[in-house]
Amino acid sequence: MEPIHTHISRQYNTELEEIRSRVLQMGGLVEQQIEQALNALVKGDAALGDTVIGDDTKVNQLEVTIDEECNQIIARRQPAAGDLRLVVAVIKTITDLERVGDEAEKIARMAVRLAGEERPKNNYAEIQVLGLHVRQMVHDALDAFARVDIEAALRVAREDQKVDQQYEAVMRQMITFMMEDPRTISRMLNVIWAARALERIGDHARNICEYIIYLVKGKDVRHTSLDQVEREILGRK
Amino acid sequence: MNLDNPTAPHTAPDAAQPGLKARVRDLNFHYGSTHALKNVNLDIAEKRVTALIGPSGCGKTTYLRCFNRMHDLYAGNRYQGEILLYPDAMNIIGPKVDPIEVRMRISMVFQKPNPFPKSIYENVAYGLRVRGVTRRSLIDEKVEQALQWAALWDEVKDRLHDLAFNLSGGQQQRLCIARALATDPEILLFDEPTSALDPIATARIEELVHGLKERVTIIIVTHNMQQAARVSDYTAFMYLGEVVEFGNTNTIFTNPSKKQTEDYITGRYG
Repeated sequence: MEPIHTHISRQYNTELEEIRSRVLQMGGLVEQQIEQALNALVKGDAALGDTVIGDDTKVNQLEVTIDEECNQIIARRQPAAGDLRLVVAVIKTITDLERVGDEAEKIARMAVRLAGEERPKNNYAEIQVLGLHVRQMVHDALDAFARVDIEAALRVAREDQKVDQQYEAVMRQMITFMMEDPRTISRMLNVIWAARALERIGDHARNICEYIIYLVKGKDVRHTSLDQVEREILGRK
Repeated sequence: MNLDNPTAPHTAPDAAQPGLKARVRDLNFHYGSTHALKNVNLDIAEKRVTALIGPSGCGKTTYLRCFNRMHDLYAGNRYQGEILLYPDAMNIIGPKVDPIEVRMRISMVFQKPNPFPKSIYENVAYGLRVRGVTRRSLIDEKVEQALQWAALWDEVKDRLHDLAFNLSGGQQQRLCIARALATDPEILLFDEPTSALDPIATARIEELVHGLKERVTIIIVTHNMQQAARVSDYTAFMYLGEVVEFGNTNTIFTNPSKKQTEDYITGRYG
């Protein structure tokens, strides 16, 4: 892919640069939403949870704005080749980011609901570990997007498998707790919902990485195994 | 042919395979001392639309004009190489081949509509008369058919004997297409056919091109890249007399393999 800023039309450069930086802005906001939602849960901070819920509209608004800007570029510039792939990748990326925002909001709602209740002894340690992992994934995916780095994108995508494994482990643990002490079922179900939300965030981060590979290589790698991507797209043995 | 593979060289594979209308080998063209086409190997698929794009002076129109020996009209022009027209593998630019024979099989439509100062009917009938057709009923039939193919019949059927200049620009261009089609050509060459037309007339011509490829092979030169993307099956990007990249139009406009192509179609050129 050619650098954005090399068009004859400087205005076009500006428009493409604008949507790119807005995606990063939206990504930064979403990362912050995940972090604060987790903090609200762990610290039992209902006020922080409410802030996260309220801020989700900012995420949604950014999605609408970027979408509109992409539509304008398509209508007015008829982008081709790398530019077209950038616009398409942006449109898809913001859909995933918006959903990550929704998942963060779900965790925040849980935090608000659980804030008044007794906290588990381990203070949601399993959720904290999983949360840290997916937050890092989202951060790295956005970093790969900013640097148009497919190696990094591939690395992040691989992390999703680990997240899925961690999620499975959390589920097994929760089931054990619930069997041991049925009084914990109601609370454990909330933990399961939070874990589920985090696992979904991992999936969205992986999707974003796939769009980066599409952006750079022009190949759609959704529904393709990562090994296949390495072999067929990056030409490794 | 290897037209589906974007990375394949534009040197085309085996001519014996079906679907090849013209095989161009090592085509070089000189305007006096100017070397305008350099070893061009760009094949034309049968009953498909091939678009040629590239900046001014890249050789796309020169390439197009080789196909009906337009260059013969000026002194000092020189062809080398071969353009084999199938099914009979006649070398269009062979010194022994009569340009008139070539033009019987390959028609051309120009940038600006250029009807003859005659009636609508006579414009379309002209080529037939030149070819010695005299039977009135046959000429009538051919004229109507060509005007139908050019999607102009309904608009002119009640005034066939009006002067062609009374038509609008878009209608005149469709008349020129009908005139070109009347003689049943195998290839239709379009040199910027819509650059003098408004968007509605342009859309009509593009729609026409889409329908015409069922019966004729089309090569179109255009500066309008979106037009190339809309109407063609294959696109060749030319620069400084050479073919830089040739492939499926879908691939060329979403994921070209050469940097020069990408720079040109995304407006980075220059």
